[in-house]
Amino acid sequence: MKFTVRLLSGVAVAALSCGIAFAADAPAEVDTSTVARRLTADEYRTIIADVFGPTIELGGRFEPELRVKGLLAVGTTHVSVTSAGMEQYDVMARAIASQVVDAKHRDLVPCKPANEKAADDACTGMFMAKVGRLLYRRPLTDAELKIYVGAARVATNDTKDYWSGLSMSLAAMLSSPKFLFRQVAIVQDPKSGQWRMEAHAKAQQLSFFLWNAGPDLELLAAAEKGDLETKKGLTKQVDRMLASARVEAGVRAYFTDSLGFDEFDTLTKDAALFPKFSAQAAADSQEQTLKTIVDLLLTNKGDYRDIFTTKKTFLTQELASIYKVPLVNDGPNGAPDTWVPYEFAKDDQRGGILTQVAFTALHSPPGRGSPTLRGKALREVLLCQKVPAPPAAVAFDIVQDTNNPLYKTARERLKAHATNPVCAGCHKIIDPMGLALENFDGAGAYRTSENGAPIDTSGSLDGVNFTNAAELGKAIHDNPATSSCLVSRMSSYATGRPIDTGTPWAQDLLKSFAGAGYKLPSLMREVALSDEFFRVSPPDTKAAEAAAPNQPAR
Amino acid sequence: MNKLVNRRRVLRGAAGITVGLPFLDCFLNSSGTALAANNAQLPVCFGTWWQGLGMTPGRWVPDKVGPGFEMKVEMRALAPFRDKMNIISGTKYFMDGRPLETHTTGWQIGSTGRIPLGINSGPSLDSQIADVIGTKTRFRSVEISLDGGTQSFSKRAGSASNPSEGSPSKLYARIFGPEFRDPNAADFTPDPKVMARRSVLSYVQEERKDVMKQLGAADRARLDEYFSALRQIEQQLDIELQKPAPLAACTVPTAFGDTKAGRDIVEAGKNSKLFGGLLAHALACGQTRVFNINVGAGGLRKAGSTQGWHSWTHEEPIDEKLGYQKEVTTFIEWGNETFAEFLRQLEGVKEGSGNVLDRSVILWQSDHGIARTHTMDFLPILTVGKAGGRLKTGLHVSAAGDPATRVGLTMQQIMGVPVSTWGALSNETTKTVTEIVA
Repeated sequence: MKFTVRLLSGVAVAALSCGIAFAADAPAEVDTSTVARRLTADEYRTIIADVFGPTIELGGRFEPELRVKGLLAVGTTHVSVTSAGMEQYDVMARAIASQVVDAKHRDLVPCKPANEKAADDACTGMFMAKVGRLLYRRPLTDAELKIYVGAARVATNDTKDYWSGLSMSLAAMLSSPKFLFRQVAIVQDPKSGQWRMEAHAKAQQLSFFLWNAGPDLELLAAAEKGDLETKKGLTKQVDRMLASARVEAGVRAYFTDSLGFDEFDTLTKDAALFPKFSAQAAADSQEQTLKTIVDLLLTNKGDYRDIFTTKKTFLTQELASIYKVPLVNDGPNGAPDTWVPYEFAKDDQRGGILTQVAFTALHSPPGRGSPTLRGKALREVLLCQKVPAPPAAVAFDIVQDTNNPLYKTARERLKAHATNPVCAGCHKIIDPMGLALENFDGAGAYRTSENGAPIDTSGSLDGVNFTNAAELGKAIHDNPATSSCLVSRMSSYATGRPIDTGTPWAQDLLKSFAGAGYKLPSLMREVALSDEFFRVSPPDTKAAEAAAPNQPAR
Repeated sequence: MNKLVNRRRVLRGAAGITVGLPFLDCFLNSSGTALAANNAQLPVCFGTWWQGLGMTPGRWVPDKVGPGFEMKVEMRALAPFRDKMNIISGTKYFMDGRPLETHTTGWQIGSTGRIPLGINSGPSLDSQIADVIGTKTRFRSVEISLDGGTQSFSKRAGSASNPSEGSPSKLYARIFGPEFRDPNAADFTPDPKVMARRSVLSYVQEERKDVMKQLGAADRARLDEYFSALRQIEQQLDIELQKPAPLAACTVPTAFGDTKAGRDIVEAGKNSKLFGGLLAHALACGQTRVFNINVGAGGLRKAGSTQGWHSWTHEEPIDEKLGYQKEVTTFIEWGNETFAEFLRQLEGVKEGSGNVLDRSVILWQSDHGIARTHTMDFLPILTVGKAGGRLKTGLHVSAAGDPATRVGLTMQQIMGVPVSTWGALSNETTKTVTEIVA
């Protein structure tokens, strides 16, 4: 069975026996598809909410994601589905499908069966074609639709209930690899012989990047009309998507992935040592950083580099108690969950996302702060510099004994540690940056001394000296690696393959990013309009032979 | 389409109530007689217990080699199990010049016999074993974490590992929830909903398979994993549609409420005991034969302490008078007490003259020998249980300098995996631990 799609021509319709409109005119055969990214938990949730409404509950859990080259997005091209994971997808699919046909949501089905105790192929076909197009991010083929109509029929015959038969067929679709994986169908241009991404694959590439969601109806329609094949049509869609409020979800998804906020799921802080770091504070701290970024980069169309220096942020009561600032909140009952804009004073140590609780607490062990973990995160996440793993057979005990009266502060302990030449090389590049954040304890609260000794926060980054966290923020802001790293990580995130800072595409993107004043939406636009973003490899001929037609893959 | 219809007809036949179908062969012994209370005829089970961060030098390796060894201080809690277990000391993980990803490389070698190149790795030994002994049970394997996380070291291939269940109550629902069919129930009626789900699955399988025809080799390998996962769902449904053979020892454990998941060792210990009891019943009821426990040592901690087990191993000075890390040793003792309590739960479910532990073997491994300095040698390895008579027990084997993979190879062979060699480069071995093979 070949997946056929219609390319470049007008709206043509082939009617199925059950009266379903389906585009099948002038089909170009798609023999092949490439890298299948597994949907992330967020993408799955968003698609379900978009297709069936926000009141549908998932009722299952997702498999762990995999971080490759610093990004979960790159990991999606490597992960598969394990048996325990499949069981969970199956549980979720059935939970979702049974809600979709329950009395509360049944109006999602655009027709009523003639008899609720018997199969109704026409009604099933209408429904499955409608939702299938959104779930598969392309129209179902004739054969696919027939299968799902047939599946609903056999299940209805077994259960003597139309709705449960329909729900079982829908559940099967929700655990199909065509839904769970983002396949990229590729087609050969009949004239040039070049391989390129098929229009629907382009549409989903755009929507997952810009909105962290599946394509909406307008984008699917544009794909089917062939609009995405022309620069003009593509630009129109990209600009429409960037102007939409949904782009915020895309920006949040990128930073959540890039800043490693998934690790908050397993972050613990000792309640006895950090009583203020509640589960709510942990959730609020991520939201604070994302709100700061969205406000600066989207709402105010600011310079990306300013996220390391901005004094403007948002706080809740929970966070205000960690930051030790008075928060005036005139909401009802003190409304503890309300977000209030807040601006730190010019001379305050706080400023920029590095000094926010989300960064300092995430990169600390449960009971204390860690200049090494913070410094490593800074180098790797924000500057794209790889820090080697510690060598084997090294003892840490002499130097990191927090009770040793000789070494009261982390700086002193690390200095002693770095006398070991095996360790010194790496700590020299990691620690100075991390030490600048030592004014913030393991849960992100401000302090000026450790074990009674004053904390020294001075250091240097690539030749630029600083004396405290605010100056470190400025040094990161001014470092050329900061913006080239964003370009590299965002293009890797968008394509699901690692794009190094030195590649010609990354260089071009950086040039235009700088030219546009380091505005994030302009970078996203440039990525989305690039040929590289839609680049595909020619088909793997060996694989095609292995999966010779007429031999069902087993 | 005819093919589909035919398949479906076959299926409907299979789903019929008592059409003279044989019992699933997992409930039969090799001569095909139905099982009664005789424990010797019950199938073998395999488990892993992954407890990171090693043990303390001088505090676990018995002085005496062979039988009748003494239990050193960190092993005290396991003393009641001495004659049911083996200690294999002195083995190594070989790096062959590859960089050490601390706390990762050890697991990779211990579970797959090699350091993978890149992200994709081969199957873990438990899944090789599950492919032999676990194909006819409702769950091919069950993964559990004691720290509430989802990580496990069990993988079929590629880059995805089977996620662990961290909540005992959720595992209870998964095994003994509404879809559980009591093998000792007097009557049996297949659930029409399960029949319908099974029909749908066979109806849509062609639709799913045409994905494969369009993919390159690497992607096909990934989707192979998907399809083997899917087959397991089909198999679960098939099992639910057949009357199970009676299992005299099978009883449904009492349900319990949610417990606190987390990294506090007190909570983790409580959860471990619940998991042990649940698994014992699941094994007695023929629901699975393979399980993997990830203790998640690195993140475990005591409430109110500035550091967890992992940071203590690196940062606690060696006590000058005692000659070891005082705090770290308490965590290791906690781990072994928790393991002992888990084993007691398996012993607690009686099957004829024996119990669930007797027909099982549990392989205890770690990522480093001495966590303080990230060593890849002096590895502690334990096996507990006689595997239904396939293993000798009560022995301390000193295998100084040998690859740790010898033990993994032994486990696979006694479980019937057709392998004569396991591991790669210096971790490759053809030598089983013959001392412990019955």
